[in-house]
Amino acid sequence: MKTTVRLQREAFDPAAEAAALTQGRTDIGALVSFTGICRGAESGEPIAALTLEHYPGMAEAEISRHVEEATSRWPLMGVTVIHRHGRIEPGENIVLVITASSHREAAFAAAEFLMDFLKTRAPFWKQVEAPNGTTWIEAKGADDAAAARWQTPPGQKAAE
Amino acid sequence: MSTLKIVYFAWVRERVGKAEEEVVPPDSVKTVADLIGWLGERGEEYAHAFEHPKSIRAAIDKSHVQPGTSIAGAREIAFFPPMTGG
Repeated sequence: MKTTVRLQREAFDPAAEAAALTQGRTDIGALVSFTGICRGAESGEPIAALTLEHYPGMAEAEISRHVEEATSRWPLMGVTVIHRHGRIEPGENIVLVITASSHREAAFAAAEFLMDFLKTRAPFWKQVEAPNGTTWIEAKGADDAAAARWQTPPGQKAAE
Repeated sequence: MSTLKIVYFAWVRERVGKAEEEVVPPDSVKTVADLIGWLGERGEEYAHAFEHPKSIRAAIDKSHVQPGTSIAGAREIAFFPPMTGG
């Protein structure tokens, strides 16, 4: 099981990260890679950039906790999570989640699980830099709902 | 109560006007919610930052906690808005 969790200011290369995860292995049959990219508009208004603030120490710990949970829920062979912080311009990558398994179901599910928790539990905050000033992006209820559907471990009934 | 390090992020940090500080809350402050209430009375900037306690998330020693969590033994408590990463 190969896991990589990295926080960095610098850009990353999703293809290179995927190659590093599968290099020299023939047991991996499925690899899912998700890249979150900075959009050029927020609520219909053009933006100049996003600035991502994070809580050093806790961000790494929180991501690692969820990577551990993902590996306990699904038979994964590798996980890579990279999250950038600092100023990011439209078109640039923000976050990368790669999951590898022998079959696709586990890889797809674990990648979605990790993204849902990155959105709602990892201590990052996005600030929008627009022509008329800066504003903080508000958390979305839809993201909380997406994370909540993982509260019941697979194969178990939800508590009544 | 001993000295406690408080750290703030995003708009909570901007409203308080500082990224971190050390405080010595009175013994009556036992939970995260108590601490939010006590901080909120320290001045206008704090009152503004903590005016909607339901919009504030907290962590003790870099783990998420609930408003009712005891702060006994905490070294670092963080306050921040709901997270918007990913």
